Amino acid sequence: MQLTDQQQLIQKLARQFAEKELTNDVLDETEATAVFPKEIQDKMAAVGFFGIKTPRQWGGAGADCVSYSLVMQEIAYRSAVASLYVSSPNSLSGGPLLTHGTKEQKEKYLRPVVEGKKILAFGLTEPGAGSDAGGMSTTAVDEGDYFVLNGRKTFITMAPLADWTIIFAKHDTGDKRHNITAFIVDMKAEGVSCGKPENKMGIIGCATSDIILENVKVPKDDVLGKPGHGLAIALGTLDVGRIGVASQALGVARRALDEAVAYAKERKEFGKPIAAFQGISFTIAEMATKLHAAELLVWDTCTLIDKKERCSDKAAMSKYLATEYCNWIVDRAVQIFGGYGYMKDYIVERLYRDARVFSLYEGTTEVQKIVISNSLLRSRK
Amino acid sequence: MKIVVTAKRVPDTTEVKTDPVTGTLIRKGVPHIINPDDVHACEAALQIKEQFPGTEVNIMTMGQADAGIKQHELLGMGADHAYLLNDRFFGGADTLVCSRTLAAGIKKLGDVDLVLCGHQAIDGDTAQVGPEIARRLGIPSVSCICGLQISDDGKTATVTRMLDDGTETLEVPLPALFTVSKEINEPRYMTIYNLVDSFSDPAKEVTIWNHEDIGLDQSVLGLKASPTQVVKTFTPAPKGAGEMIEGTPEEAAAALTAKLVEKHLIK
Repeated sequence: MQLTDQQQLIQKLARQFAEKELTNDVLDETEATAVFPKEIQDKMAAVGFFGIKTPRQWGGAGADCVSYSLVMQEIAYRSAVASLYVSSPNSLSGGPLLTHGTKEQKEKYLRPVVEGKKILAFGLTEPGAGSDAGGMSTTAVDEGDYFVLNGRKTFITMAPLADWTIIFAKHDTGDKRHNITAFIVDMKAEGVSCGKPENKMGIIGCATSDIILENVKVPKDDVLGKPGHGLAIALGTLDVGRIGVASQALGVARRALDEAVAYAKERKEFGKPIAAFQGISFTIAEMATKLHAAELLVWDTCTLIDKKERCSDKAAMSKYLATEYCNWIVDRAVQIFGGYGYMKDYIVERLYRDARVFSLYEGTTEVQKIVISNSLLRSRK
Repeated sequence: MKIVVTAKRVPDTTEVKTDPVTGTLIRKGVPHIINPDDVHACEAALQIKEQFPGTEVNIMTMGQADAGIKQHELLGMGADHAYLLNDRFFGGADTLVCSRTLAAGIKKLGDVDLVLCGHQAIDGDTAQVGPEIARRLGIPSVSCICGLQISDDGKTATVTRMLDDGTETLEVPLPALFTVSKEINEPRYMTIYNLVDSFSDPAKEVTIWNHEDIGLDQSVLGLKASPTQVVKTFTPAPKGAGEMIEGTPEEAAAALTAKLVEKHLIK
């Protein structure tokens, strides 16, 4: 894996930042209160973590996708939930604005998000429409000067914290193939409310809730992209955005490996360190091998994205492999820790819980397989 | 203001291991870092830049070509320019020749109001180069400062110097040179903005000067011109485990004396 000098220094910055800011005390407090400190978010914004690959023009740092992945890995190594605050403005929420926003929309919505002054969420999933996003039932009706939105979005990361959310809604355009439109919805607008924050297994400290839309008026200026083409915006965002989840998984997996190695050398059974037993040392070898394979796949995909090559299939492979391997690696780490790994006093307990969502959100592993197989089976005659 | 921060690339001594057989340092594969005190010097300069907008922070390094990459860390923090004094004739210099070389580089920059150095480098630990540069530039110097305040008119500095038994506050006219200790500040993070600039903005490109650029004849440079001769470097043999003597001061003193007598160290 060849990193440029610039990428290595960005990695170093992220590592220093994570070690210094994401202390055990801060992370314990985050787990206990489910609130991630605003001061750390502000510091993240100041060093450029919220717009790593966003162009300078819109307040970003103008680096590349490899750098984005490295920052995600380093932050997730210390805290998966902290890395979620990095991925959102760079990818899931900032992405659609960057690719489809007008100049005015980017200035009004993207810049403050990149600068850390505002939070933007991404509202696609519905109680009855997850992987089949096109089956959504939220509606948008054209009322002349504005649209009126009704419906319910679910599992929306950061919804209770967000200033704005990109909402996707069914919109009768007269074209059945293009009937979903994206809107930038002000979370303080009349008729917008959030459900109770979900009580999650892991990544605690980043509230996730429903968004309820009741006759919400959205000005026409806040239509994002071409009316009727919302689904393409959503899927396009998820397409390369999933490299962020893959990177989170790499960070968590590396932490689990490091913790397992340290513990295996220190913990004694039958008069010697457990690392001296092949049952443990072979497991560690397998963990390290899987991690490295996933790291190379993710890095390769990032370089393709940086070269602006089409790589939906590689991005899907990256997320599939990195998140599944991560789950396997954290599971083995808990196994190596034995009973201690089940206790909240040990970090691997948290890694185990945090990792579980990686193969679920931003497209399950099964959805990744659909993307990969479609690219093979549909594109070849 | 025009500030020069001297910065040295050093082996990360926390990563240095000793060869158990030969007793020498294993230098191979040891990562290099910017000398930690120098990072604090850079932070001090950047704080002055915040006080006086328009201040220019210049990094001056003497070293091999790959030291230029390390300078990017200081550019990443917000320094404006980096100069690398790189020439095969510079190699093997002791502090006397090192200060001659750096002073010539600083003179070439010209009109410098303030030179900030780290108190000492973690590889050599001499703490001599800073004051030697000041002498060569003919400006006052204060070593090992833990506090620095520039007057509003930018003409004088109030510095706090660390002493063995306390601190001393001095007022110094500028231009001057100070060597800073790590207690002076907490260095800021690099930012991705500055890092990207440091690799893409031509104005931030590292400027490389050789002996001709800084107007020094090769006869006064490098190992040959250095009066310091390193005869031998070695790792001291590890000391045996110490022993804590318990009890009241009187009892402890008696126990200690008894042991010293036993070892024939006192009579």
